[in-house]
Amino acid sequence: MGVIRKIKRNFADLFKKLFKKQNARIGIYGPPNAGKTTLANRILRDWTGDAMGSVSHIAHETRRARRREGVTIKTNGGSITLDIIDTPGLATKIDFHEFMEQGLDENESKRRAKEATEGVIEAVKWLDNLDGVILVMDATEDPFTQVNVTVIGNMEARSLPLLIVANKVDLPEASPSTIRDAFPQHPMVSISALEGKNIDTLYEEIAKRFG
Amino acid sequence: MQGFQMDLVSEHRLAEMTPVEKVRFIIDEVKEGKILVLEKGLSPEEEASLIEMTMTLIEPDGFSGIEMESYPGEVDTSIFGRLLKKNTLKTRMTVIGPADQLKTLRKDRNMISALISTQK
Repeated sequence: MGVIRKIKRNFADLFKKLFKKQNARIGIYGPPNAGKTTLANRILRDWTGDAMGSVSHIAHETRRARRREGVTIKTNGGSITLDIIDTPGLATKIDFHEFMEQGLDENESKRRAKEATEGVIEAVKWLDNLDGVILVMDATEDPFTQVNVTVIGNMEARSLPLLIVANKVDLPEASPSTIRDAFPQHPMVSISALEGKNIDTLYEEIAKRFG
Repeated sequence: MQGFQMDLVSEHRLAEMTPVEKVRFIIDEVKEGKILVLEKGLSPEEEASLIEMTMTLIEPDGFSGIEMESYPGEVDTSIFGRLLKKNTLKTRMTVIGPADQLKTLRKDRNMISALISTQK
């Protein structure tokens, strides 16, 4: 991070503390198909009655960052208002052949791959503008991915709050304890964004972590 | 002789470069088909820059990106590290290569198992 950006962030932090800024910009990050948009939709439906975007089993369905401002979450511990940014799945590689394997034709696959690369660039840029991150991991997958390591490293280097969400615990092969063991230094909540399982615990933790 | 080139890059070599130079060096080498093993990994910001720049270079039927794996960073608990505060995250060894030639088979906190293919 450049010196000027650091100074700007320090001033922004000071300003926020002095004037008790109410909104926290929280990015929902994670690898493709971890359930980020499903979670964003769940949060919005529960607190605004609206939805963020469409979901698909094909990776990189979200190819542009989507932002919803002023989502107020009320819990027993109080309330918090968030600007929620649903980001495209971070990745270090994108191969259009993988879209073709999902049944898309070549032109559509190439177009989707191009958009996905632009989306990843946008998601990385957003890391500079956040107050905290909800990192969504698929509890049926290996948690030690480069994407997870990069996002966690960025938040730790910037001393920003991070909340890990172990998603898809409705699936029999889910192992949230593997995620907890992998990153014990950060709070984690296991949920099923699809079914809403344990979602109230997540809201409590969001209020505690980002409030 | 068919094969691949693996370069083991010392911490000292990378320390002489600026963050931009590091990212440029890695991408140039990987695009030539080399596998790099960095003695000391990149900072989280540098990793993010590497992902970002990689995405700008992806081409259909050409460069499909990188396979990059590193061990999770360790928090520097030394007095010096705690005094510096912002720089308490210690990076660890990293393996980087072309996505169509390098595939991570298994990874945990202390071991990376990778398959390197000579066929694209």
